[in-house]
Amino acid sequence: MVQFIDVFKAYENGTKALKGISFEIADGEFAFLVGPSGSGKTTIIKLLTGEIAPTDGKVIVNDYDLGSLKFSKMPYMRRTIGVVFQDFRLIENKTVYENVAFAMRVTGASNKEIRRRVPYVLELVGLDNRTRRKPQELSGGEQQRVAIARALVNNPRLIIADEPTGNLDPARSLEIMLLLQKINELGNTVLVVTHEKELVNSFSKRVIAIDAGRIISDGMDGYYNYER
Amino acid sequence: MRGNRFGYYIREGIGSIFTHGFMSFASVCIIVACLLIMGSFTLLALNVDSVIDTMESQNAILAFVNEDFSEEQARAIQPALEALDNVETVYFVNKDTAWDSYVDTYENPSFFEGLDSSFIRHRFVIYIKDIALMAETRDAVCNVAGIADVNAQLEISRGFVTLRNIVTFVSLIIVAILFAISLFIMSNTVKLTTYERKDEIAIMKMVGATSAFIRWPFVVQGLILGLMGSLTSYLLEWGIYQVVTTKVVSSSGLNFLTTIPFSVVAIPILVAFLVVGLGVGIVGSLVAIKNYLKV
Ligand SMILES: Nc1ncnc2c1ncn2[C@@H]1O[C@H](COP(=O)(O)OP(=O)(O)O)[C@@H](O)[C@H]1O
Ligand SMILES: [Mg+2]
Repeated sequence: MVQFIDVFKAYENGTKALKGISFEIADGEFAFLVGPSGSGKTTIIKLLTGEIAPTDGKVIVNDYDLGSLKFSKMPYMRRTIGVVFQDFRLIENKTVYENVAFAMRVTGASNKEIRRRVPYVLELVGLDNRTRRKPQELSGGEQQRVAIARALVNNPRLIIADEPTGNLDPARSLEIMLLLQKINELGNTVLVVTHEKELVNSFSKRVIAIDAGRIISDGMDGYYNYER
Repeated sequence: MRGNRFGYYIREGIGSIFTHGFMSFASVCIIVACLLIMGSFTLLALNVDSVIDTMESQNAILAFVNEDFSEEQARAIQPALEALDNVETVYFVNKDTAWDSYVDTYENPSFFEGLDSSFIRHRFVIYIKDIALMAETRDAVCNVAGIADVNAQLEISRGFVTLRNIVTFVSLIIVAILFAISLFIMSNTVKLTTYERKDEIAIMKMVGATSAFIRWPFVVQGLILGLMGSLTSYLLEWGIYQVVTTKVVSSSGLNFLTTIPFSVVAIPILVAFLVVGLGVGIVGSLVAIKNYLKV
């Protein structure tokens, strides 16, 4: 579950990225967060992952109130979310399997748990025949699947994807979106940031639209209707 | 800590040493150089100290009793001398004994014919605790009633005390400077690794690694480099010390000096080297990783 309550964010240089954002995403929901470039989408994601703190307002993620969360507890909050980025962020010198296993190892999982869980998520994202490859031997769509498998491996309640299809062609983009929808159907809450209109409109999901740091629409009609 | 995590820290730590072979080699060399200089100055200071100790046990103040005192009167002064600060032991030497030993030191006995002990004085041989306070002690002995004159070899004692002070002072400064240099180099070696792996560190944080988990492999890296530096410099120091002390003992000019055998200081020096080497390794890597753990 995600809750933003009247959140403001001003960066050190004075840029006011968010100007009073409030919304809530319930457990099990699938939502798109859309808006033009520079509207504050990534800022919202960074607030969710605890990478930055709000200037004002409250951010609550999976029952953790990030405003009062101790620094030493932050890793445990992060284990309840899985994050996917436009640029994949894989470790180049590790294999597909190791990239995913690595995310489990840092949480202190045993080798036994790792050997059981990693093949399962790799199969879920359709990469069970690529486990020994290095990231640069894979296509962009496949690399993003590795990133999704890594985000999933610790069984988080919330999956956040910041422009996951930004580097992919339309066919691969659709596949990734379908994969995220499948993950949502398995019970995870999913929040996808994008500015690809056709893609959003081909799903019938909740769409939260922001512009210049404010929410301009939030509806279940699955329609991405802002115009610049 | 679970077994597989401990193995992970060790593997990662050793891995970084090999991926940054040159910097690792350089930082071990710097630690070795620093420890060798530190160790050599410490050994020099210890030896000067031991020479001073020997001198303290040999270097006595001679206190001459008033000419007109009888032997009983002279002996009565002893408690007053023993009561002085910095006095270790006091021996009474009567005229006859002093005369005999005096005559013995000359090769031509005929020179002393017709003379006898009545022309010299009863005396005390006074051993002191701290050679640095020799001048004060001499003055105090002078002021004791019945003591006519005092003979103390102040120049030699002053020379050695000054040498000890200089060696101690210079050693401390050099140790401090070299410690700072080794810390700097070590921290930069580890920083190079952290810089190269900053993306990986960011990913680790993103998937929920604790700061301790991220820190450990770098600490292991620093620890191993520090350990290699300590042990290498220890063996070198040992060898160098053996060579130098053998030269000193066999040289004609310096053979009056006694040197401390390495075996006496082997354990303390090993412990000191390990503490400094491991300390530099651990602190250096903690400093290097600090900035990456803030988010
Ligand atoms: N670290 C930063 N420092 C200063 N300004 C920033 C920083 N990150 C983003 N901004 C500014 O905040 C605004 C929102 O940025 P961002 O959240 O990245 O937008 P989006 O992801 O929707 O493109 C933009 O004006 C951007 O220039
Ligand atoms: Mg963005």
